Amino acid sequence: MSSAKLSPADFQPLVSNGIVQQISRPSLSYWADAWLRLRKNPRAMASLGLIAFLLAFVSLGPALWRIDPSAQDLDQIGIAPGADRTVTLAAPFEPWNPQQQPATLSDNSLGFTLALPASTQAVRLAWAATGATRHRLYRNVFDPETTGSLGLPLVERDQPWFEDRLDLQSGTYYYTLVPLTADGVETSGAVTLAVDVIRVISIAQARERGLITADENVQLGQRLKLAWHPLGTDYLGRDMLARLMYGGQVSLFIGIFAPLAFVLLGVIYGSVSGFLGGAADQAMMRFADFVVALPFLLFMILFKVIFGIGPGESGIWPMLVAMIILLWPAPARLVRGQILQIREEGYVSASRLLGGTTAYVVGRHMLPNTMGVILVTITFQVPSAIFTEAFLSFIGMGVAPPTPSWGAMCNEGIKSMLTRPHELMFPALLISITVLAFNLLGDGLRDALDARMRGVE
Amino acid sequence: MLSYFGKRLLLGLVTIWFIASATFFGMHAVPGDPLAGDKAMTPQIRANLEAKYGLDQPLGTQYLIYLGNIARGDFGISYTQENRRVNDIIREHFPISATLGILAIVFAGLGGVLWGALTALYRNRWPDVVIMLAVILGISVPSFVVAAISQWSLVGLNLAAGTTILPIGGWGSVWHMLVPALVLGLSTMAYLTRLMRSSMLEVVGTDYIRTAKAKGLPPTQIFSRHQLRNAILPVITVLGPAIAGITTGGFVVEIVFAIPGLGRYFVQAIQQLDYTVIMGTTVFYGAFLVFMVILVDLFYGLIDPRVRVDQ
Amino acid sequence: MLWITLTKRMSPNRQLAQFFLLAFAGVALLMLTLHYAGSALSGTTSDVSAVDEDANSISIIIREEPPQLNSSRATDSISGMVLGHVMEGLVRMGLDDRLEGAVAERWEVTPTQATFWLRENAKWSDGQPVTAADFIFAWQTALKPETGSQYAFLLFTIQNAEAINQGALPASELGVTAPDPYTLVINLARPVPFFDKTLVFPTFLPIREDFYNATNGRFGADADQLLYNGPFQISQWVHGSSMTFERNPYFWNQAEIHLDTIHVPYITSDATASLNFFKDDKIAITGLQAENLIEAMRMGWQIHQHRDGTVFYLEFNHRQGRPTDNLNLRRALQLALDMDEMVYKVTKLPGYEPGVSLFPGWLMGEERLLRQEYPPQKITPDASLAKQHLKQALQELGLSEPPSLVLLAGDNPISNVQSEWVQQTLKTKLGISVKIDKQIFKQRLAKMTSGDFDLVLAGWGPDYNDPLTFGDLFASWNKNNRGQYNSPELDALIDIAQSRLQPAARMRAFGDIQQHLIDQAVVLPMYERGVTYVVDPRVRQLKRRVIGPDPDLSRAYIDVSGE
Repeated sequence: MSSAKLSPADFQPLVSNGIVQQISRPSLSYWADAWLRLRKNPRAMASLGLIAFLLAFVSLGPALWRIDPSAQDLDQIGIAPGADRTVTLAAPFEPWNPQQQPATLSDNSLGFTLALPASTQAVRLAWAATGATRHRLYRNVFDPETTGSLGLPLVERDQPWFEDRLDLQSGTYYYTLVPLTADGVETSGAVTLAVDVIRVISIAQARERGLITADENVQLGQRLKLAWHPLGTDYLGRDMLARLMYGGQVSLFIGIFAPLAFVLLGVIYGSVSGFLGGAADQAMMRFADFVVALPFLLFMILFKVIFGIGPGESGIWPMLVAMIILLWPAPARLVRGQILQIREEGYVSASRLLGGTTAYVVGRHMLPNTMGVILVTITFQVPSAIFTEAFLSFIGMGVAPPTPSWGAMCNEGIKSMLTRPHELMFPALLISITVLAFNLLGDGLRDALDARMRGVE
Repeated sequence: MLSYFGKRLLLGLVTIWFIASATFFGMHAVPGDPLAGDKAMTPQIRANLEAKYGLDQPLGTQYLIYLGNIARGDFGISYTQENRRVNDIIREHFPISATLGILAIVFAGLGGVLWGALTALYRNRWPDVVIMLAVILGISVPSFVVAAISQWSLVGLNLAAGTTILPIGGWGSVWHMLVPALVLGLSTMAYLTRLMRSSMLEVVGTDYIRTAKAKGLPPTQIFSRHQLRNAILPVITVLGPAIAGITTGGFVVEIVFAIPGLGRYFVQAIQQLDYTVIMGTTVFYGAFLVFMVILVDLFYGLIDPRVRVDQ
Repeated sequence: MLWITLTKRMSPNRQLAQFFLLAFAGVALLMLTLHYAGSALSGTTSDVSAVDEDANSISIIIREEPPQLNSSRATDSISGMVLGHVMEGLVRMGLDDRLEGAVAERWEVTPTQATFWLRENAKWSDGQPVTAADFIFAWQTALKPETGSQYAFLLFTIQNAEAINQGALPASELGVTAPDPYTLVINLARPVPFFDKTLVFPTFLPIREDFYNATNGRFGADADQLLYNGPFQISQWVHGSSMTFERNPYFWNQAEIHLDTIHVPYITSDATASLNFFKDDKIAITGLQAENLIEAMRMGWQIHQHRDGTVFYLEFNHRQGRPTDNLNLRRALQLALDMDEMVYKVTKLPGYEPGVSLFPGWLMGEERLLRQEYPPQKITPDASLAKQHLKQALQELGLSEPPSLVLLAGDNPISNVQSEWVQQTLKTKLGISVKIDKQIFKQRLAKMTSGDFDLVLAGWGPDYNDPLTFGDLFASWNKNNRGQYNSPELDALIDIAQSRLQPAARMRAFGDIQQHLIDQAVVLPMYERGVTYVVDPRVRQLKRRVIGPDPDLSRAYIDVSGE
């Protein structure tokens, strides 16, 4: 230890500069701290971004993509995204009268002929009137040679001609004509005809659909493009993108507002009960126990039927109300437990001792300290609310047509899963993304708001 | 403890009364006529049918009769299955739903523990990533989509094999149960996997693991004796509510796989406005749930000394 | 936790592997237990294939369980299908869709009486003969008010039947006598030219009194609560799960029956599941939806179609004060809705026929089809003409805006699609806003009965093979006239069709009824329903019917030749 040289100056008192104590980091409120933690969680931030995107998709989307979700484009039913949209202008459909326009028959054994150029308006077929008096006509989208089946039986006919108008799409069809015996048994000598169908539209229809303007000079045979559906169309030719946006409004509305509403109700009920304590608390909680005991899905269905859906209504409100009636007790119990616990905390007693009023204690200490739990509960309830909507749609108790919802769209899509997968894929994907995003956000929030973890790195 | 459960039982009975009343008055608030058929009916026939089902009595009397019948365990006769008692319907179809539900819970529980432990063990390596991706799918895809796709895959499997490897629907042998139970248990399994994983990871940070490490126990022993055993506890805790949820949640699976369970019956009964079946099923399920909860609480009291039931 | 102590010296991986093995073994054990417990507790699906040549059996699927098999109370088509296989009435529809004798060997219908001579070799499944008394008892039972049979009205052609059903007369007063056990004489309440055709309906099937009484009110509730006289008998009925029909050894006409067993291993209304069962070779027949057609063609299946005889239509509410009471409004709708478009673009199934008349195309007229003798006037859709009618209607109704209409619809997918199409078409073509009111079956019926709608999607299936089954639908006295259309002119025509004996006069009346319905736009026929289905190619003589059990496998056989 070396000797120190002390001067008298060392014994002067310090000049007070007013700074008694200095905190090296800025003071963080509970929420700022939680937000900081959340920001450090990449998964939670990604899910927050996803949720923002979904909300924008359903709220701003319809403003940008101004297509009526219930408009039916019957020229393009169930088309996949990116399908060919070319269409040729043709004369309007006229019923065909083969007596007036006899066809020159081919030289196959039945004289089976395509009488007029085939289009999506109609395929006109004629055959020889001699031979069998009755024929059965089949249509296939695959070559009967390779699949071994003649395809759809279109008609059994006495007259030697037929006009096919059933759901014609552009592409190749294989028509097979089978002669029948007098008692309707198929005989040999079937003839198959491959027919190329082109998509046509009449000028009047093109105007109606807004493909050409009223005074535009067009000629038959001219090629146009049909309306564009970026994500394809559904079974009634409705635009998938528009339906997903409007359907998302329903699904997300139920998904977000139902938990908000029943958690809010639960919070009020639970905090009142927890605060009152005693016999009132007992009675209120007993009632909550009753409601909890109601089997959820059964009563959900029951309530849907009891409330009913009036004409023209979407059925969103009955669903919402049913969920609120059935689901409030869980958050109520949770909040009551929290309130009871917080009531005994030291800082609440301190606050009271310092003269805090009941309102102050509740507003300053109780609610903010339960807020974290409440927020996490709401977030985790969103996926189950969305699933409940989807489930109700599956058993035919969901929103009423023509209102779309993701659940209802999934249910429709399942039926055509094999031939038109896009009708199932898009709504299912959106449901999955939403559920996932809210689950991850819930995880992140729980970690961020967990008081035990505050200050622990 | 006995008196505690006596009290619980009594409360359970009151709860059942509440459920029964809610269902009864709810059912009678439904607009619509349970007796209506495709063809119009003469007033005489209508009157006879009303008398048969007791609908000619005032609502209050009907309610009392209904409560009396329930107290005797008699749920009445179905409106659509005209000669069948609702008791018979429940007796024949509930065991099917219950079997399916139990199997689903077993799958979910065992699978959840196994996959959860695996992911924790291989944290951030490929088994973890693969399993967690599967979990994400299990949690986020609606169950009816999963059910439809798995049935379709089974058909493809059987077609490819040229013989029936697994039945695609119906009920009877264990093979009929396998896939529906897996589908039914899937979301619970996914949930439990997540829970198990985080529980395992949480346990790693505890003092007793640190102590075990410090005193030089081999890692294998730490894993089995401390980590796994303690991590399983929270999983077991959530199994209870899951049992109740899953036995009533089999609707979708029963519809898709053509399984003659009670859930499918309920959906049909709702569409037909079959009063007695709806009320019978709801009260039965309600009672079942109430007693399951009591049983689960009792069970916890027995296995976990930290839970004191007599509070 | 036993396994953990056992394995404490292993690596975590090995432990997990062991856990997995143990868990697997545990599950296997549990499933084995469940297997035996389950089969003891509840019904099982026998794992039969679609067509089993060795067992000479075929498997089919049904949409839902028959509510019960008491023929005097049965109303639905599934009960009708099952009863058609296990019971036999006086007459039945043959494979050529003509009426043929069943329990009755021959019969005779006069304006006042119908006489049936029963074959003496027809037997019940306990070996006792089927006698005239069994028919009398069945009909009396159906008519008794306490039975509450919804189809009792079909018997009202018999003397005193209506009075019995209303409780005014005892059941013994029914105008049916049996001079001897094998002769049945029926006194008719009024001349009914088609009386023999109505007898195909299940309500007319025989019931034996002693057996009925022995079941204590549970007649037809279970397989053993029913006595059979048809080609098959129900050997097993597991509610909600499966049924099995086995050949009835006492059936008189063994030569015509080829199958030994018909299995119904599955009961489900899920169309996708049904298709999957067919694909998996578990059932021999399944219906196809429009969405599955391409898949069916890809699989190379033999696709068939059949028109099931039902007509679907858009019914108006004709009650006063409803906008649809206005003829011009109805005509505007008639001209705006292009049913061709709906059938070809929206329902998209072959076999559906765009609706042109309330009378479906299969109904027979005097000699040829009614449709050929009295072709309905075809309405060509015309949007501008429709708008003119709408304008006129608005003037008459004193409205400035087109009224918004309530469209009542069922809750099945097909009515969803159709109501959405109607809504959109009326919106774009006429600017009429339609509110869809989707309701479950019973609520829809309640709303139809109380008149709480403007438009309703409805359908009507025939009860017997005569145009009258459709012709009297809009009579002012018909309770099924839910829109309460009331026209003395139409009533007069229906009266002719009901009571005249000369076929020519009746058919002319039907022609006039058809024209009246079109002129007054009383109802808008949308389509005649078709069924598109696939059948296993080995199954022969599977009959689809309009009247009678559908599908009918009672005469089916298995053809292994592959031809």
